[in-house]
Amino acid sequence: MTDFPFLSVLTLLPLAGAISVACIPRARAELAKLVALGWSLVVLALSIVMWVAFTVDSQDRFQFHEKYAWIPSWNANFTFAADGIALVMLMLIAVLFPVVILASWHDVDQSRRSAPTYFALLLAFEFTMIGVFAAADIFLFYVFFEVMLIPMYFIIGSFGSGQKQYAAVKFFLYSLVGGLFMLAAMIGLWVIGGHTFDFAALVEAGKSFDQDTARWLFLGFFVAFAIKAPFFPFHTWLPDSGGAAPAGAAALLVGVMDKVGTFGILRYCLPLFPEASRWFAPAALVLAVVGIIYAALLAVGQNDLKRLVSYTSIAHFGFIGIGIFAFTTQGGTGSVLYMVNHGLATGLLFIVVGMFVARRGSSLVSDFGGAGKLVPGLAGVLFFAGLASLALPGTAPFVSEFLVLLGTFSTHKPYAVIATVGIVLAAAYVLWMIQRTTQGTLNPVLDEVPAMKKDLSLREKVVVAPLILLLLVLGFYPKPVTDVINPAVQATLQDVGTQDPTPTAVADGKAGR
Amino acid sequence: MGELKLPPIDYGALAPMLILFGVACVGVLVEVLVPRKSRNVVQLALTLLGVVAAFVVLVINRDIRVVTIGGAVAIDGPTIFLQGAILVLGAMSLLLIGERQVEAGGAFVAQAAVVVGSEKDNRQSVSQPGLTEVFPLTAFALGGMLLFVAANDLLTMFVALEVFSLPLYLLCALARRRRLLSQEAALKYFLLGSYASAFFLFGIALLYGFAGGVQLSVIHEAVAAPQRSELLLYGGLALVAIGLLFKSALAPFHVWTPDVYQGAPTPITAFMAACTKVAAFGALLRVLYVAFEGVRWDFQPVLGTIAALTMLTGAILAVTQTDMKRLLAYSSIANAGYLMVGVLALSEDGLSSTMFYLVAYGFAVLAAFAIVSLVRDSDGEATHLSRWAGIGRKSPLLAGVFTFILLAFAGIPLTSGFTAKFAVFGAAVEGGQTWLVIFGVVTSMLIAFPYLRVVVLMWLSEPGESTPAVSIPGFLTSVALGVGVVVTVALGVVPAPLIDLTREASQFIR
Repeated sequence: MTDFPFLSVLTLLPLAGAISVACIPRARAELAKLVALGWSLVVLALSIVMWVAFTVDSQDRFQFHEKYAWIPSWNANFTFAADGIALVMLMLIAVLFPVVILASWHDVDQSRRSAPTYFALLLAFEFTMIGVFAAADIFLFYVFFEVMLIPMYFIIGSFGSGQKQYAAVKFFLYSLVGGLFMLAAMIGLWVIGGHTFDFAALVEAGKSFDQDTARWLFLGFFVAFAIKAPFFPFHTWLPDSGGAAPAGAAALLVGVMDKVGTFGILRYCLPLFPEASRWFAPAALVLAVVGIIYAALLAVGQNDLKRLVSYTSIAHFGFIGIGIFAFTTQGGTGSVLYMVNHGLATGLLFIVVGMFVARRGSSLVSDFGGAGKLVPGLAGVLFFAGLASLALPGTAPFVSEFLVLLGTFSTHKPYAVIATVGIVLAAAYVLWMIQRTTQGTLNPVLDEVPAMKKDLSLREKVVVAPLILLLLVLGFYPKPVTDVINPAVQATLQDVGTQDPTPTAVADGKAGR
Repeated sequence: MGELKLPPIDYGALAPMLILFGVACVGVLVEVLVPRKSRNVVQLALTLLGVVAAFVVLVINRDIRVVTIGGAVAIDGPTIFLQGAILVLGAMSLLLIGERQVEAGGAFVAQAAVVVGSEKDNRQSVSQPGLTEVFPLTAFALGGMLLFVAANDLLTMFVALEVFSLPLYLLCALARRRRLLSQEAALKYFLLGSYASAFFLFGIALLYGFAGGVQLSVIHEAVAAPQRSELLLYGGLALVAIGLLFKSALAPFHVWTPDVYQGAPTPITAFMAACTKVAAFGALLRVLYVAFEGVRWDFQPVLGTIAALTMLTGAILAVTQTDMKRLLAYSSIANAGYLMVGVLALSEDGLSSTMFYLVAYGFAVLAAFAIVSLVRDSDGEATHLSRWAGIGRKSPLLAGVFTFILLAFAGIPLTSGFTAKFAVFGAAVEGGQTWLVIFGVVTSMLIAFPYLRVVVLMWLSEPGESTPAVSIPGFLTSVALGVGVVVTVALGVVPAPLIDLTREASQFIR
């Protein structure tokens, strides 16, 4: 079964889907939605098969190898391979897309834009997302890394709300700037790495890079990924994009696309430039910690729900950042797990916020108030999503946040301590937001909005149920996921060449003795 | 008195040029002999046939490597590749030039000598069929370009330069609409072009003084073992370079470009942007690689500065443009800068990647100008940017195609723009010109903004009352546009065949 070309088929399926949906005439919007949902479910089914086929205890870090010649004179190939980190991300994508498609069912109905186009763009976006995580050739990775901007650009620009043009252009330019830095670094890497783009070959070649060159190249890649993630101070595009994008697309934007940044750091920056990674680690840690506190403070002050959620996710990316640059297995595993859980939790949060916004016709916190009295079910889901987002024990994000802090604490105490303040702030922004929207006295204006009286529909229940279920299950039993992630993280840290204080030693309080 | 001995001439190798010059001469006769009504069809068919025939001969000749007519012309890999590129791009330009369906009578004036704004002028602009002399003129220009990239001595190069420039000066003045602008553009181009030619000629004189010959191989030897003052060498090199940089539109010799691109009839603009660029860079490559390789360390920093300046100028000024043709002109200046980055790699990779870039850019820019020629109202083309607002709503297909071309200019992967940029930047890093690549990357960010602004304008803005109707492209424009887009996709997705072709062709002979 492992001979089946999983990754290339998985990559191409949504592309075929996008093309087929784009061909559906505008008048048959319902058909387009069904077809899009169908394609995304096929992708999900195949991913589940792939998850089963993945051998956890294998000696090979990378599985499902595929290689097809592309541009022989540059030695660029269609190489696909997935390690545990990529696998869980692919799984996350496969789960989130059907959910988002279902959640966006009526998003386009009122607008003058074409529904088939919207769903075709979503599938095209899934194509680039899967490609970027499945690629094991840096050239191919770069191609997907850049191309993914285009569907998202049109989703924000054409189907968004508010200052959508400004947000779309800002999003595109920020990402493009990062991408071009990476292009320069990639060319440099190609030239000094012996004219190959193959990840494994480059890791081997990377051991003999000149120190200064490696640092510059690291910086090129890091800036691209830091903008994508986004880390402070490259984050300003995210609140604009998240605020302007349709809620479903925003869930994908922060839930999946931003993970490309942190994934890229783990997959490319650390193994390719180990010395440079260690050298830049303090700076990266500082940025991450500043991001946690700064974004959390901004989130507290937001009056726009979608922008608020965007800021919370910048804070969360700070946690992922410290977990990565702590260079411990716990921190690394915690970060990857965080990426998954954050995708689920923030995805859910965005989707639920989207449901509120669709009913009220406004995303301002001040336009709500006491909404829980009208739509208790929806308010309950918002409450759950909020709690998951602030990492309440029992929900999945708690496990990852705890692992990150534990892993960081064993090597970088001050950062871990400061980051812990972020948890307190998280409680503040989430709970205060919930208080102002769903609790308290009913805002009389809400009573006059007929849509505000409809609680969760069956479709909406189907949308939120799998995410809630996953958040709970992974909160109590994360082992299936951590088992997949762990070997890949250990291999990455081995490439970096850092000593890991063994987890038992930390538990015994004998670290460093 | 000794008997004058003719040098041996390899007519087979020269055949493509001879065919084009022959076709041009026949074209002049056609003007006299064929009735006006059917001239356009006859001329277009004749010229296209000539170009195709020349291309076929070129393909048959593809393995010829020879220096002929007493060392005046070198037929080698780069010559054949670049000549092929000029012919293919030229054929597509001819399709645009021959288009008569989009606008009654075509893009060209019926009688160039009629006073602008007179009653006669109004009459001719509405109904009369355009000049058909444009076809022989284009054929002469194409022949001159073929010779320009093959010229192995500086005098032949100068003659070829004039042969292809003079028809272009004339063609620029022949727009049917906005004739004053068109004539001003032609005059400007002619005057500045003459200065550039004069510089070029003066440079030849100095180099002759230095090397005792005008052949590139003679100069090469003299550079290796200088007999005379190197002042002559550097002076000559600088002046010759100025002539070539002018034609390639590199800063600070680029100022003519926006005016000429804007004023010239759009098919001619497309022709210049695609073919002239190939010819100019072809000659620049040959001069630098064949004759002056020995002083590469001396000219590399100077030309590197020029490349950086060009990229910066093109990118920054493109941001401020409000006219589509001027925007594309500044984009072409920036692209000349990127091409120069490839040239300055001064290696076989540099040569092959520059040739790849020339072809990739040529097709994309032809498609871009083909689209510009379709967005029009009753006064002709609507080139002001504000007029393009909301075009995506009215004609999604056209806006989609243009968006794709703009993404190619911006260098987004899966378009030829990306592979081409990657090729030249890769060659330059390899050639030790990392600083130029960093400049290239930074300016790519800058110039992405104006492209993106157009995309926003087309798709995300509401159509205004003044948004013009988009003409349905005639058959010829459709073909040119279609080919341009397909090649832009193909070179982005499967560039390997053309890359291999450029690599096989990347060997100059002396």
